[in-house]
Amino acid sequence: MELLVASAVGMMTACGVYLILRKRSFPVIVGLAMLSYAVNVFIFASGRVAIGLPPIITDGAAYTDPLTQALVLTAIVISFGMTALIVMMALGAFLETGDDHIGMEEREAPPLPAKPQEGAE
Amino acid sequence: MNHWIIAPVILPALLAPFIVLVMRHDLSLQRIFSTTGTAVLAAISLVLLYTAATNPPEVYFLGNWPAPFGIVLVLDRLSAMMIALTAVLALLVQLYAIGTGWDARGNHFHALFQFQLMGLCGAFLTGDAFNLFVFFEVLLIASYGLMIHGGGANRLKAGVQYVAYNLVGSTLFLFALATIYSVTGTLNMADLAVKVAELPAGDAALLRVGAVLLLLVFAVKGALVPLQFWLPATYSFAPGVVAALFAVMTKVGAYAVIRVFTLIFPPETAATGTLFADLLMPAAVVTLALGAIGVMGATGMARLVAFAAIGSMGTLFIAVSQFTPQAMTAAFYYMLHSTLATAILFLVVDLVQDRRRDDTLRTPLPPIAQHGLLAALFFGGAIAMAGMPPLSGFLGKMLVLDATRGADMTLIWTAILVTSLITVVGFSRAGSAVFWKAYAITTTQAHPEPKREPLAFGMVLALMAALVALTVMAGPVTAWLDDTSAELFDRTAYINAVLPTAKE
Repeated sequence: MELLVASAVGMMTACGVYLILRKRSFPVIVGLAMLSYAVNVFIFASGRVAIGLPPIITDGAAYTDPLTQALVLTAIVISFGMTALIVMMALGAFLETGDDHIGMEEREAPPLPAKPQEGAE
Repeated sequence: MNHWIIAPVILPALLAPFIVLVMRHDLSLQRIFSTTGTAVLAAISLVLLYTAATNPPEVYFLGNWPAPFGIVLVLDRLSAMMIALTAVLALLVQLYAIGTGWDARGNHFHALFQFQLMGLCGAFLTGDAFNLFVFFEVLLIASYGLMIHGGGANRLKAGVQYVAYNLVGSTLFLFALATIYSVTGTLNMADLAVKVAELPAGDAALLRVGAVLLLLVFAVKGALVPLQFWLPATYSFAPGVVAALFAVMTKVGAYAVIRVFTLIFPPETAATGTLFADLLMPAAVVTLALGAIGVMGATGMARLVAFAAIGSMGTLFIAVSQFTPQAMTAAFYYMLHSTLATAILFLVVDLVQDRRRDDTLRTPLPPIAQHGLLAALFFGGAIAMAGMPPLSGFLGKMLVLDATRGADMTLIWTAILVTSLITVVGFSRAGSAVFWKAYAITTTQAHPEPKREPLAFGMVLALMAALVALTVMAGPVTAWLDDTSAELFDRTAYINAVLPTAKE
């Protein structure tokens, strides 16, 4: 069980890091999602791996750590929201510039965009 | 229990959705409510500053759950100072945004601004490591929105890069917290301090891994080399007002380093020792050097200021890495100074960009509207940033130099003095390229009419006045900061406030 959890975290982190190092936005976003899955399992495991135990302390009975489950819920919600946000921003950048490379291409200080009218939506 | 402690979090948290839901189509209402909210926040923060200065650390138990089971907010001198700095800067920056019409160039500026304040205040107040993560995310997600405010291809591209970088940082934060939790079984900072001090030797290796991961996360936020890559593009493509507000965001990284590595992992901890000081100091020196070289080599004004901001973080982290009360006082003074100086420079650059329609330092362009006034403001900001007398940058660097008379004195003094010279040269080069060479151009165009932006100029002048006040009042301010760092290094007061039953 420990081996399975540990190798799952390791594999997902490795895949995530590999994908993040690509330069296109799609692999980077998939890599970020992969990393957040890895960290979720990791947080879960940091409360010790136990099978079939309730997250409630009853008299004398064994229990599993409930706090890490609460932490992981928070982490899932946040990473979900952040992934949605970066998908929208990457789409916006793709539609605006026509390519989906992450990072700024080196060039001379670019001219500023024309100032939009005040109150423009 | 002093309920005002939670007000800096609650007020923007309620105001922001109210602005989105009720008045999203009415900019004037948004401006009135948002500015009033920030002004009230500034007033509350000053009251909190006063109570923190006269009382020992105060604790707010959320839901009245006793620590370490519930989340706590802790108000001490350091957190009160950071909140006051944030609120005052935010108020000035927000009025500048209204004065220049930046808030009208996209939707939801004011709502995002309030959410950003909520995240900043929460991060400064919280006494729980996981809650710190949550507030980091709140301030980051608002900063993503603010960063791409106004749109444009370059800004969006820089924004995607910024978000990706920080998402990796957040994942790293979670890995660090989970590692520390698996060793100590707690995430309350005061409880962590107690548990880490009595940790069995067998767990020290895992704890060190967790703590260094945490240091890396804060280094991402604080733009410490080698994790500073996000900063130049983000700050130079973000709207000028937002970049000025972000001046306090790198300070969140510095604050987190100061808080965590004095309270939880002080240098006398058996498990970690001086590991963090040894890692921080060389990184800070390289950061400072990189910032100065960037100032020298920048091709655009906004990039120039962004690199100057990196350099100032280097100086700040050099002082922090000493982990002595005297050096911490210097770090606090420099933190106040560099936040204001960075904000002034970003606002001045924004005014110049708006009139010049180009950011380049390579080719001179004809004089712009209000040429002389802007040149004078840039000159003032540059003097402060480079650390020349008579402004507070000079005093701040003096304090840092004075506090680093130790084993590494030669390295640190050389680094700070040489980079100051390079920064001075870089700023004079930029100033002459933008403001002096403009007169060498013969143009048929008439001199442009001055733009009437009294509110915007007023706010830049107000920031400048704050900087002058910081210089003139340097004596009383450093005396107050001395007490602040004394309180910071007196860990038992903090721990006893949070855990009244703690044995220590």
